[in-house]
Amino acid sequence: MSSRFPASLVGFAAAAALLSGCDREERQSRPKPFGETVPSGDTPLEVRAAAYERNAFHISQGQRLYSWMNCVGCHAFGGGGMGPPLMDDKWRYGGRIDQIAATINEGRRNGMPSFRGRLSEDQVWQLAAFVRTLSGQTRKDAVAGRTDDVSNRPPLSQTVEETIRQEDPTPQ
Amino acid sequence: MPTASGRRPVLVRPGRNGYMYVQDRRTGQVLSATPYGFINSSKGVDLKSGHLLPVKAKEPRMGRVVRNVCPAAPGAKDWNPSAFSPATGLIYIPHINLCMDMGTLEANYIAGTLYVGAEVKMYAGPGGHRGIFTAWDPIRRRKAFAIKEDLPLWSPALATAGGVVFYGTMDGWFKAIDARSGKLLWRFKTASGIIGQPISYRGPDGRQYIAVMSGVGGWAGAIIANQLDSRDPTSALGFVNATKDLPKRTAAGGRLHVFALPR
Repeated sequence: MSSRFPASLVGFAAAAALLSGCDREERQSRPKPFGETVPSGDTPLEVRAAAYERNAFHISQGQRLYSWMNCVGCHAFGGGGMGPPLMDDKWRYGGRIDQIAATINEGRRNGMPSFRGRLSEDQVWQLAAFVRTLSGQTRKDAVAGRTDDVSNRPPLSQTVEETIRQEDPTPQ
Repeated sequence: MPTASGRRPVLVRPGRNGYMYVQDRRTGQVLSATPYGFINSSKGVDLKSGHLLPVKAKEPRMGRVVRNVCPAAPGAKDWNPSAFSPATGLIYIPHINLCMDMGTLEANYIAGTLYVGAEVKMYAGPGGHRGIFTAWDPIRRRKAFAIKEDLPLWSPALATAGGVVFYGTMDGWFKAIDARSGKLLWRFKTASGIIGQPISYRGPDGRQYIAVMSGVGGWAGAIIANQLDSRDPTSALGFVNATKDLPKRTAAGGRLHVFALPR
């Protein structure tokens, strides 16, 4: 018995040495949300927000509406164009889901048209829920793994960090 | 101008589709159309009808992505005007060398929104340079010289009677080259990218001046002017994918530079 104890210790040390040589693949279980530069205001978040924000069905519906309603034309898939980017941390009119819904409903100066009357209130909120996913504000398991359309970009279920690593293999 | 069918009054224009058109200016008849940039989306121009002969494999297809289409959506050249020098007989074309992957989608018409059923990603064409400055001999129908530029060329050209040609680059260099050889004679670094038209004028003091605006923008410079996000390759209708490095190379600006030429 007395000889077994040191032997198992040696075995344990060897196993520990072996294990330390293996690097477990690092994955992020959810995207890291970006900070927002625009304060979200004093008003409490609308009660509807919770129903849409983490709901896979609403987000995927919003994703289709994003293409169908030509959001892509000006905002691309979050990077922007004639319209401002939607995947960064700058929000002129607030980045909360109810604020985005208000922007879609009301329209904004310098080109953002009002979609009131073109979309139901339900659809506006679905669209706003999808817009939030572009900047990684939504849980990964609620976001669609692929789009319905042809795509030139990595799936939204990947985190932004993963996307960058894929394009630039050199370690940061 | 002397052409294959004798001396004709012509107009010459570098087309966006990459062909240098020589047309009879009375009838519009296309006398010749010669590629001045890299093209794989068309086989040529039918001289009888004047129509482009498209390559079937590069035609847009609904619901598909067609890859490696050259030239890309802005064309082999975009808005920036070329210059003609009567002294050398050459046409100076600042243009771009970009190709694209293009996905075609159903577009919905909604007033006030963009009506474009395409998802585009652009990148450098063969050679890896995104811009090229071509001096074209319209009579011999071939290039006299070409200067490769890393970034897309978005500035027009200016040819002077003194045998000097001016143009600017998107990283802020204002260049003067020899109109015959293309040799770089002088350059000046401005604070922002140049997409403005250089002009030449005689001042009240009798001296010749060259003026150019420095201040990056336009489609190619939208990544800076509109502060776009380069993580999305489709930003600015796919142009951002080809100009990701621009924010590292130059900054937003707006300054008029005027240079006095030596007496």
